[in-house]
Amino acid sequence: PVSNSYEMTAVLVLWLVACLTGTWAVDRGNFKTCDQSSFCKRQRALKPGESPYRALLETMELTNTRLTLQLINDNNKVRLLLELYRLQGNITRVKINELKPLKPRYEVPDVLVREPPTEPLSLLSQDENGVVLSLGAEAQRVIVSARPFRLDIVEGRDVLMSLNSRGLLAFEHLRMRKDTSQTEQDGETEDEDEKEDGMWEETFKSHTDSKPNGPSAISLDFSLPGVEHVYGIPEHADTLRLKTTDNGDPYRLYNLDVFQYELYNPMALYGAVPVMLAHSAQRTTGIFWLNAAETWVDISSNTAGKTVFGKMLDYVQGSSETPQTDVRWISESGIIDVFLMLGPTAKDVFAQYASLTGTQSFPPLTAVGYHQCRWNYNDQEDVKAVDAGFDEHDIPYDFIWLDIEHTDGKRYFTWDPHKFASPKEMLQGIMDKKRKMVAIVDPHIKVDNNYKIHNEIRSRGYYIKNKDGGDYEGWCWPGSAGYPDFTREDMRAWWASMFAYDQYEGTMENLYTWNDMNEPSVFNGPEVTMHKDAMHGAWEHRDLHNIYGFYVQMATAEGLVQRSGGVERPFVLTRAFFAGSQRYGAVWTGDNAAEWDHLKISIPMCLSLGLVGISFCGADVGGFFKSPSAELLVRWYQTGAYQPFFRAHAHLDTPRREPWLFGPENTALIREAVRQRYTLLPYWYQQFYHAHRTGEPIMRPLWVEYPQDPATFALDDEFLIGRDLLVHPVTEEGSRGVTAYLPGKDEVWFDVHTFQKHNGAQNLYIPVTMSSIPVFQRGGSIIPRKLRVRRSSSCMEHDPYTLFVALNPQRTAEGELYEDDGHTFNYEKKEFLHRRLSFVNNALSSVNLAPDATFTTQSWIERIVLLGARKPSRVSMKTADGPENQLEFDYDSSTSVLTLRKPGMNAGADWTVNFE
Amino acid sequence: MSCQCLLLLLLGVGVSAVEVQRPRGVPLSKRQFYEEDKPFTCLDGSRTISFDRVNDDYCDCEDGSDEPGTAACPNGSFHCTNAGFKPAFIPSSRINDGICDCCDTTDEYNSGAVCQNTCREMGRKERESLQKMAEIAKEGFLLKQQLIHEAKKGLEEKQVKLSDVQNSKKDLEEKVETLRSVKETAEQPEKEAKDRHLKAWEDQKAVIHMEKNKARMAEAFLELDDDADGFVSAAELQSHSELDPDSDGLFTDAEAQELLGGMDKVDTVAFEAAWNNVKDKYMSESNVDSPSPVETPPEERESISENDSEQYPEDDIPEDDDEDDEDDDEEEDPDDRDYKVPPTAQTNVKKEDEDDGTMPPYDEDTQALIDAAQKARDQFDVAERALQEVEDQIKNLEKEISSDFGPNSEFAYLYSQCYELTTGEYVYRFCPFNKVSQKPKYGGSETNLGTWGKWAGPDNDIYSLMKYEHGTGCWQGPNRSTTVSHCFSNFYNYNMSRLRLFFVVQVKLTCGKETVVTSTSEPSRCEYLMEFITPAVCQEPPSLDSLRHTEL
Repeated sequence: PVSNSYEMTAVLVLWLVACLTGTWAVDRGNFKTCDQSSFCKRQRALKPGESPYRALLETMELTNTRLTLQLINDNNKVRLLLELYRLQGNITRVKINELKPLKPRYEVPDVLVREPPTEPLSLLSQDENGVVLSLGAEAQRVIVSARPFRLDIVEGRDVLMSLNSRGLLAFEHLRMRKDTSQTEQDGETEDEDEKEDGMWEETFKSHTDSKPNGPSAISLDFSLPGVEHVYGIPEHADTLRLKTTDNGDPYRLYNLDVFQYELYNPMALYGAVPVMLAHSAQRTTGIFWLNAAETWVDISSNTAGKTVFGKMLDYVQGSSETPQTDVRWISESGIIDVFLMLGPTAKDVFAQYASLTGTQSFPPLTAVGYHQCRWNYNDQEDVKAVDAGFDEHDIPYDFIWLDIEHTDGKRYFTWDPHKFASPKEMLQGIMDKKRKMVAIVDPHIKVDNNYKIHNEIRSRGYYIKNKDGGDYEGWCWPGSAGYPDFTREDMRAWWASMFAYDQYEGTMENLYTWNDMNEPSVFNGPEVTMHKDAMHGAWEHRDLHNIYGFYVQMATAEGLVQRSGGVERPFVLTRAFFAGSQRYGAVWTGDNAAEWDHLKISIPMCLSLGLVGISFCGADVGGFFKSPSAELLVRWYQTGAYQPFFRAHAHLDTPRREPWLFGPENTALIREAVRQRYTLLPYWYQQFYHAHRTGEPIMRPLWVEYPQDPATFALDDEFLIGRDLLVHPVTEEGSRGVTAYLPGKDEVWFDVHTFQKHNGAQNLYIPVTMSSIPVFQRGGSIIPRKLRVRRSSSCMEHDPYTLFVALNPQRTAEGELYEDDGHTFNYEKKEFLHRRLSFVNNALSSVNLAPDATFTTQSWIERIVLLGARKPSRVSMKTADGPENQLEFDYDSSTSVLTLRKPGMNAGADWTVNFE
Repeated sequence: MSCQCLLLLLLGVGVSAVEVQRPRGVPLSKRQFYEEDKPFTCLDGSRTISFDRVNDDYCDCEDGSDEPGTAACPNGSFHCTNAGFKPAFIPSSRINDGICDCCDTTDEYNSGAVCQNTCREMGRKERESLQKMAEIAKEGFLLKQQLIHEAKKGLEEKQVKLSDVQNSKKDLEEKVETLRSVKETAEQPEKEAKDRHLKAWEDQKAVIHMEKNKARMAEAFLELDDDADGFVSAAELQSHSELDPDSDGLFTDAEAQELLGGMDKVDTVAFEAAWNNVKDKYMSESNVDSPSPVETPPEERESISENDSEQYPEDDIPEDDDEDDEDDDEEEDPDDRDYKVPPTAQTNVKKEDEDDGTMPPYDEDTQALIDAAQKARDQFDVAERALQEVEDQIKNLEKEISSDFGPNSEFAYLYSQCYELTTGEYVYRFCPFNKVSQKPKYGGSETNLGTWGKWAGPDNDIYSLMKYEHGTGCWQGPNRSTTVSHCFSNFYNYNMSRLRLFFVVQVKLTCGKETVVTSTSEPSRCEYLMEFITPAVCQEPPSLDSLRHTEL
């Protein structure tokens, strides 16, 4: 084949050029644009206009809980069935499917925690133009217009949301392929068109998608009057506030293993949560588009192009146009099943979404500590040396992680027989220090007849099948690999059973799990993932791609629960995720890079995830690819210490970067950042408990707490942890200062390091040095800390608390203290303590928030620090059954800080401290 | 939180007990600062507190000095006496954390942790190992003295040798110069004789050429003169399109006439002028079917492919597609493809054309001159090579003499030695002051991991670590692509991410009686760590007295 040699040479030369120039970015050409995804191209070609759909009011059926109605497309006469439900908690659900589909269309199972309970609907009025239904609460109505079909949700005189108001409802009905159909006479030319449109087959790069079911896309538009800010639909490496997409591609939701992703664009990443939040100073609402197929979201706005001056002009001139954001969802298959979460506040939306998909799982306390990871710790000796390094340098940590190299030839559930010959011995060594370990278990299974896991999956028929019915095989770390069908309940149950101590040899209770590559990543597949015509039983991979990773984590978490007999809380980290993934553990932002921009983007990326329920989020501290400068590494530790999931990670090929390898000064800076994390563990844990109870994000944008302050709406270089801590990390190289916005017109904020007081509603310039981590405590809050930082969180279990009481201008403050055993599900059996701490009328008291719960703690209150305090003449304490004690105190008039020395009461007791 | 301010220190059973009353966690050396019933002043002098606040589980002093025995101060430290072993300070955060840190168990007095007093056992082991190390150090140190002695001797010998060699260099230089002039003298008449001979041959060749040209012209005339009228006409010339002067594909009448010197037709005589215009292009009609020459010389392609195989490891050559594994399997590995194009007939023909016969042999006189000159050249070359060798020798000796073999040249004995270590997969070869390499045990080529760089120990112990740098290029990048050679879609991953570094080896030297490599590891990709034992780093062992001191 000499004729080929030229080509080959050309390829090699190109390759060499690429190699030498060494651009560090994703090769965009490997991932589809909307134009390259045939359904997106077809749907996006539809422009707003009059909808061809008409509601057939005569088909309307209204029961107590449900309205059904047929829609007809006047162009092709295909009928759809609309279902409308009023759900408890101010949610409206709209489902649209074909009335008589050729075959069933996929409806996403297992994401909703239950069939959502409904509330009665009632008919208010009806004529030939439409129907008006009452949605119960607050004079909410839904108006169904018949011709063209549209839905408007109205409260009082305000339209909250309109569906199909721009006429973009589209439903590619299932059909027979025309070349096999006898009825079409002029089928030939149309068939040509269809081929061009990629309706029956499409090719991307060298991959052909056979599409035996033909076109099946769906689309719907939503108008949001009064809204200028929309958020959510992670995962994208983009700003918190979503941008309009008129001049580029829509935001894409399609779980992909994107190598060296680029920042600030709408390309798809590892996970997908099809939930968008819309916010204005008046209201917050949400749209949950329950569809697991490839999805694109377009956003446009009538104010997007306008300058501030233009908007002012509109205002002065009393311009009629109210701001409005229009969004449009396009999915490749399945049905329209959308939940309209009508707020009215952000916290209502969080509760509404939580009622549908559940809340953040409550992790073991230890998982909230610091995690040390690297691809890879080479062997048991290496693990031991790193563990000892942390003690030698007096840096706390809870988890050490093992990446893929720990396995025997990338066969998960095994250990390398030379490098990790005695895993139990290693785990025992870690346990002796009260620390834990995570080992990776990826979902691709090496095709190897001598590998038990593979043989079992194959013989049970649990692998995903290719379009021809054989076991699907793709390339991943082990070479040729099969992909278990995690959408099968029996497969998940089997997988879970593999985590039993007698199945997964060499494991102990302090070993937890990490699921990577679960998009799934298929190195030689289209867009580095699975072929869409692969089969999961009757369903195509196309229908459920985005939920595969969700199921992997679900089955793994279940395995960890089961191995302990249902006693212990699991901890599982996942890279791919979907709506509902919050129920199974933590996520991280994937393979980032050691660059300042990647440090910056970690904030909006985790904020966006938090808004859609996934609170346990973090980015690889230090950056995965490339090697960070000492400055970047320190700044990343300082940022990561204040983000929910705090793990350092590094690529195999990067130089070692354990915290002590950058000289004593940097070691000290990193030690201090990690120690700050550990002092705040009680607060973090309480935030996790709260997120688990309510679905509210832990790391949250400022606008969630200050919904009427437009200055906060687009902020994504600072954030809140819970309500009470504001963090503005330093993310610029060589920074000498940052400007933080402190919100709240009548509020004050205290610098947690200097205790200096600052007024709210101002941009505050903060000079910084390398040791600075700008963090502020809200006046009016009480934060418990444990200042005795030890080797690991477990070592601090019984340590006493210091309460930081930050007074607001009204001289009041409030906070909580939560404690339980830190690792079991016993909190569900009311074994915990939950106190309300409040300062009012010069008295600080602790009352029981959960009188029916019981928990005995050894922890006590060793110190109370009042910020913004006056000097008292006398301070006394009274417990429920004890005498009144006078307390010693120290007052620093220069900072207005009052410190009570050793009050000594048990953390679970009722008590009051009076200041006179 | 209950607090025992005083601890009666009980030393391990059987060990001579020294009872000293002092607050928990205070070392003997600081006992005087903690006097019972007297106010306590923080050791940094920042404040004074009543003594009942010492070890009361609340941190009063900023320096942590009031809580030596509790975990109350974040910056405190706790002293364990560790009777039977050596005393130690631990961070006070390790007090009562459930983990046994002090071998005498004193750090876990209130945590419920069950600790065993292991001090005596540890002390015994420590003493044994210290003793062993001392013995090794002692013997090693003796060996080191010997090495130093030998190195000194060696150095002296080398210096003597250097001056010897330098002397012989002078002689050689003279000899080379003499032989050079002899050679030049012999070469002059040789050249003249050869030139004469060549000139005669050139003249003869010109005659042959002219005759050949005439014959070709005559043959051409006959070929061109299609109508055999004794004239070559413009039309007849036009039948040979290769003669078109501007090669534009249009051989016009005017062009043909111009070639014929402005005439319509020419006879054999006039054709001579025309022939000079066309002979370079003229193709005999018997040859017109032969193929056109190859455009790209084969060597060029070869150099491309060679270049490639140098740049990329074999298994890294990406293949063109990934869609279907079976397809790929059928394709040949690009490495196996033959980039060379076999020589064509054309090149042979051309060579023949240029062959004008061979030059006749030199006459006897000329040959004699050539032989004489050749002899002079050979003698000169031998002498020059000898000088080169001596110069190399001097360079090597100077390099060795000036190398940093340690403060007393104790590392000199390692020079030009090599030491091997065989692991599961590889044989590592360590040649001190030269290079470190690695070779797969079961076949495969050697990889240079680094050549001698510098001493790289800490400032106070610079000779404890050697650094070998700039080994073979070490490709960095996710090996996902190397495992997936069939996969085009990851081809991009591969080239985008790989950075070229160079292997680096650090060699850690420890004292021992033998000289041996004990281990190698690769803590980070492309960075090796090698442990090497040598007597050359042995220090004078501490006297037995100082050993005893560590017992308590």
